[in-house]
Amino acid sequence: MNLKNLYHSFLLHLADSSLIIAQRNGECCAHGPILEQDIAITNITLDLLGQSRNFYQYAAQRLNEANGSSETEDTLAYHRGERDFKNFLLCELPNGDWAQTITRQFLFSCFQQLLFEKLSKSNDEHLAAIANKSLKEIQYHVKWSSEWVIRLGDGTEESHERMKKAIDYLWPYTGEMFMPATYDIINLEDLKSIWLNKVEAVLQEATLSVPANTFMHSGGKSGVHTEHLGFLLAEMQYLQRTYPGAEW
Amino acid sequence: MTYTKEQILSFLAEVSDPEIPVLSILDMGIVRDIIMADEMADIVITPTYSGCPAMDAIGFDIKMKLLEKGIQKVKITHVLHPAWTTDWMSESGKQKLKAYGIAPPQSSSARINRLLFDEVTGIECPRCHSVNTKLLSEFGSTACKALYQCNDCKEPFDYFKCH
Ligand SMILES: [Zn+2]
Repeated sequence: MNLKNLYHSFLLHLADSSLIIAQRNGECCAHGPILEQDIAITNITLDLLGQSRNFYQYAAQRLNEANGSSETEDTLAYHRGERDFKNFLLCELPNGDWAQTITRQFLFSCFQQLLFEKLSKSNDEHLAAIANKSLKEIQYHVKWSSEWVIRLGDGTEESHERMKKAIDYLWPYTGEMFMPATYDIINLEDLKSIWLNKVEAVLQEATLSVPANTFMHSGGKSGVHTEHLGFLLAEMQYLQRTYPGAEW
Repeated sequence: MTYTKEQILSFLAEVSDPEIPVLSILDMGIVRDIIMADEMADIVITPTYSGCPAMDAIGFDIKMKLLEKGIQKVKITHVLHPAWTTDWMSESGKQKLKAYGIAPPQSSSARINRLLFDEVTGIECPRCHSVNTKLLSEFGSTACKALYQCNDCKEPFDYFKCH
C-alpha cells in the first residue's frame, strides 16, 4: 500500500483505534457482569465499529483516488498486518476485569471527545461530518464510563482496589495519545491539559488518583505493538485470511 | 415513464424501518433527498447511528419497493452531514412509536443529559401513561434506545433516546 500521503495514514490511525477497541469490547458480548451492562458495552462497540467503517470507507476512497488501487473498508480492516495497524496501544490491551474494561473506555472516550471536537471543525468536510456524527455517540460513552469509574472507585474496598490496579496498569499507555506521529494534523499538546483536567476530576470523585509513575509506552501509532495485537488480529481476520473476499 | 419526487416519496412511505416496523423510513427522518435525473432515482439517506446495522437492509428495501413500482434505476447515496437527530422524527411517527410500546424521544435534542448520574426524568410509560418512571440503563435493545421502568405499573419499557 502506498502511504506516501501522510493524510491517508492519519485516517487509518483513526479507523484502527476505533476498530481495535471495538473488537476488544465486543469480547464482552454475553460476558458482561449483568445483562444491562452487557448490552451497554456492546452498544458502545457498535458505535465504535460504525466510526471505524466510516473512516475506512473514506480512507479507501482517498487511497484509490491517489493510487489507482482498489482498497475497500474490508481490505483495510482484514488484509493488513500487525505492523500496518496504527491504533493506540491502549485500545489493544486485554479486557481484564470489568474495572479494566471500563477504565480503558473512559480514558479513550475522554480523549476521543476532545480530538473529534477539533476534527469536527476540519476543512475536510467529510472528516468533519464523521467526527460530528461520532460526537453525538461519544458523549454517551463518556458519561457511561465516567459513572462506572466513580461507582467502582468510590464503591467497596474490593472495587476500589481493582480500580487502582486498572489505572496503574493502563496509565502508562495514555501518554502515547499525546505524542505526535509524523501524520498527526492536530496539535495534541493543546489537548493534553484539558484531557488531564477532565480525567482527574472524575478520578477525584472516584476517590482515585493519577499514578505517580510517569513512564509512558509508545509505538502503536507507528505500528510497533504489544504482544496482544497479533492475537486479536489472528482472531478478527481469520475468516477473511482463510477465504479472501468471503461474503454472507 | 418518469416519476415526480412526490410520487417517489409516497412509495418510500411504504418502506418500513427494519428494527421498528411500525415506522416508515420517512417517519424516521432518514430520507434526506430524492434526486431525479433521466431515468435514475437517487435516494439520499442518512444513518441514525454510525454503526446502524440496518442501513444496508434499508437501501435494499428501497430498491425492492421502487422496483415493485416499476422504477428500475435506483441509486442509494449515504450522507453523514448534517447528522441525524431525533428532532427529524415525524409527529405521526412519534405517536405510532408510543402505540407500539416505545416511549418517543422528547421534542428537543437539547434534552440529552450530560451531567453524571443525572437522568432524563418524566418519560411517560407507554402502557399506563404514568410519568413516575426511572432509567434502568442508558443503552437499550438497540443503539437508539434506553431502558426505563415504570414505578407504577412496574413494566420495563424502551425509550427512544434523544440524539
Ligand atoms: Zn406504567
